[in-house]
Amino acid sequence: SVTQCYSLLRFKPFRCRLLPAQRKYMRSPLIPEMATQEVQLNETLAHLKTESETLKSKLEEERAKLHDVELHQVAEKVEGLGQFVMKTRRTLKGHGNKVLCMDWCKDKRRIVSSSQDGKVIVWDAFTTNKEHAVTMPCTWVMACAYAPSGCAVACGGLDNKCSVYPLSLDKNENLAAKKKSVAMHTNYLSACSFTNSDMQILTSSGDGTCALWDVESGQLLQSFHGHAADVLCLDLAPSETGNTFVSGGCDKKANVWDMRSGQCIQSFETHESDINSVRYYPSGDAFASGSDDATCRLYDLRADREVAIYSKESIIFGVSSVDFSLSGRLLFGGYNDYTINVWDVLKGTRVSILFGHENRVSTLRVSPDGTAFCTGSWDHTLRVRAICSLI
Amino acid sequence: MTINTLAKGGSVFIILIVAMQDPDMGMKMRNQRLLITVIPMVKGVEFLLWFLTEALHVVLRPDETPYPIYLAKKNIRKQGERWNMKGYSLLHKRINHTWDFVVMQAREQLRASKQRRKADRIVLECQEQAYWLINRPPRGKNIYNLDPRCTTALNVYDSLLCVHLCFRPFCLQIETSKRALGRNRVKSSICLESFTKYSEQYQNHDPIMQGCLPSNPWISDDTAHWTMNSEMVPVPTRLRVERWSFSFMELLNDVMGRKEFMTYLEKEFSAENLCFWQACEDIRHGESSKIIEKVEEVYKNFLAPGAARWVNIDSKTMDKTLEGIKHPHRFVMDDAQMHIYFLMKKDSYPRYLKSELYKNMLAKAIVPQETKKSVFPFMRRQRHASPSPAQAASQTPPEGGRAKGAGQAGTNSAVQQN
Repeated sequence: SVTQCYSLLRFKPFRCRLLPAQRKYMRSPLIPEMATQEVQLNETLAHLKTESETLKSKLEEERAKLHDVELHQVAEKVEGLGQFVMKTRRTLKGHGNKVLCMDWCKDKRRIVSSSQDGKVIVWDAFTTNKEHAVTMPCTWVMACAYAPSGCAVACGGLDNKCSVYPLSLDKNENLAAKKKSVAMHTNYLSACSFTNSDMQILTSSGDGTCALWDVESGQLLQSFHGHAADVLCLDLAPSETGNTFVSGGCDKKANVWDMRSGQCIQSFETHESDINSVRYYPSGDAFASGSDDATCRLYDLRADREVAIYSKESIIFGVSSVDFSLSGRLLFGGYNDYTINVWDVLKGTRVSILFGHENRVSTLRVSPDGTAFCTGSWDHTLRVRAICSLI
Repeated sequence: MTINTLAKGGSVFIILIVAMQDPDMGMKMRNQRLLITVIPMVKGVEFLLWFLTEALHVVLRPDETPYPIYLAKKNIRKQGERWNMKGYSLLHKRINHTWDFVVMQAREQLRASKQRRKADRIVLECQEQAYWLINRPPRGKNIYNLDPRCTTALNVYDSLLCVHLCFRPFCLQIETSKRALGRNRVKSSICLESFTKYSEQYQNHDPIMQGCLPSNPWISDDTAHWTMNSEMVPVPTRLRVERWSFSFMELLNDVMGRKEFMTYLEKEFSAENLCFWQACEDIRHGESSKIIEKVEEVYKNFLAPGAARWVNIDSKTMDKTLEGIKHPHRFVMDDAQMHIYFLMKKDSYPRYLKSELYKNMLAKAIVPQETKKSVFPFMRRQRHASPSPAQAASQTPPEGGRAKGAGQAGTNSAVQQN
């Protein structure tokens, strides 16, 4: 009803731009009685709802028509994986509170991590030395990213902004002095990532939008609307033309976007709860998602549907982050029950379960050359693990 | 067009749009750049707040001072008659959402008046009181005394609000679904087969699945693996050269592979294709401020008739690109770039893989010996630090935007610039 709209005012500031579908419904005259107009608006809303639902179920029908085989059936002829032993090879201690996010540098050994106490630390994970440390003016730094050149890091969180810090090796220089505010959202920053260069950043936010920014000028290059709730994660596609990315949100949807036009190209809604993490399959033809519903799922972009679910009855805690091994055969998932589950992507079975953290695993990334993977946890530490032996 | 002239007979919308941009009572307008156009923009919330507070009170009633502010002032000074107090509380209920603004305005006006000379202040107060005695809303009736145009405006506001907050998510969903229904889909059996193929092809290259030679640095603390695979080495490893044959993207993503491919193209006299592609990448991912000059350069070198390194693009794409160059933006070269990319991928790349250059590279590529696990596993090697990419970059100033490649590693700190 009309009065409900007033309470919604607080949550979503949209730009004043009418879509074709909206223009259709604005034909109503401007000077009716208040009462009849309210009825008219409610009717229109109901009409829109049913149209949306009908289209969605039609889409599901179309998708199902071409689904002639399951992934694990195709994978029957593939050799099974043996047991393998993964050991923690480095433990990075230094954060004073929950580690929320981390990212690898392209040099395969450096890491940037951010935590709840507002600290962002750059480590040489190989030697476990801390190389840089910045204290952000806000707590809960939920997003951090390493620039492709290795010369800067981006981070943000409850300050609703994404800031870029150029990394200086002058010990006397205060990194915070050179800080550059790039992105501005109207709610917390949940994830950020540099695109192919240091010059552009992609962000996602609790305000329900994603945005592409020019680092140099801080200008908004493109914004992406379509999520109905907080957007929690994003990942850039490793495609030839390099123009798409996927985002996951609290509306249980994973959306694939065209960076140039700002349009949502594909949308998948099969999860039963918030999607905390999305990651592309190395070939770029699919992506995996991890959600609070304790499952990881694989979505194929050409088949335009979900093709695998990675779950077990014994796993009841949500997945906070997922990543693939270099060949895409293994999917690592960090869970809120302090463990890491390793899945065989093709066969759909769990290959291994890893312990070690003393609190929930909040972030997980495989290194750029696939030699190891790093997890960050609410137990204030980061752990780098590698395979010790293959049995 | 001033507000006053419009107020007599203009439509509500025109009045609002003009008022929004008024320097005194309007809104803070921002410019938003969408690719190549610049449009004036206001935030939705700000517009609604402005509408409720200033527009309704001031803009659509240009000749009158808001009555509620007057009442609020009286209340603050505690001089209201009983009639006014009743009206005041009714008014509060009626315009609940603008109450804070009203009280704030009243306080401001009171504060400003305190700064006037006492004589002036008394005169003004008498005038104000007299004015409202004459013009105050009639007893018991519509306290706010809304102009019928305001009622219309409120309805318009309500419907705008509805449309945006309630309708918009559904409208977006409907558009997305319609677009999705129009997509081409591929059968599952074909798609899923590609996953098994990909995993098989890359299995040997996946250190987690197959280990890495000579050893995994994280296990053995020996960075030889990284040193051998750093960006530019005299002799690359066999796995690395093999990977160049998996896809064109793999070849281009590896700095060394790209250099080899360039050498091959030079022999074929088609090196301008790769140069053009790299220049377009630089435009797409580089600084916004340099776009115009970069586009100029590319036009001069690759597209202008008689250019030194003229690239062969079909006439339709060429016309479209030349037209776009008149108003250069980040994506102006996209079509041309894609044309050249696929030209290289379908033609030059397969021939490169069959060429002597590649075969020689593959033949002389090294296969590192696996390091025997040390007899005393508890004796840890010393872990050497490596120069930070930030340091290497500060010694040789980095070119804007270049980022592809395997990155620095191990003891090789030379930064190669394209």
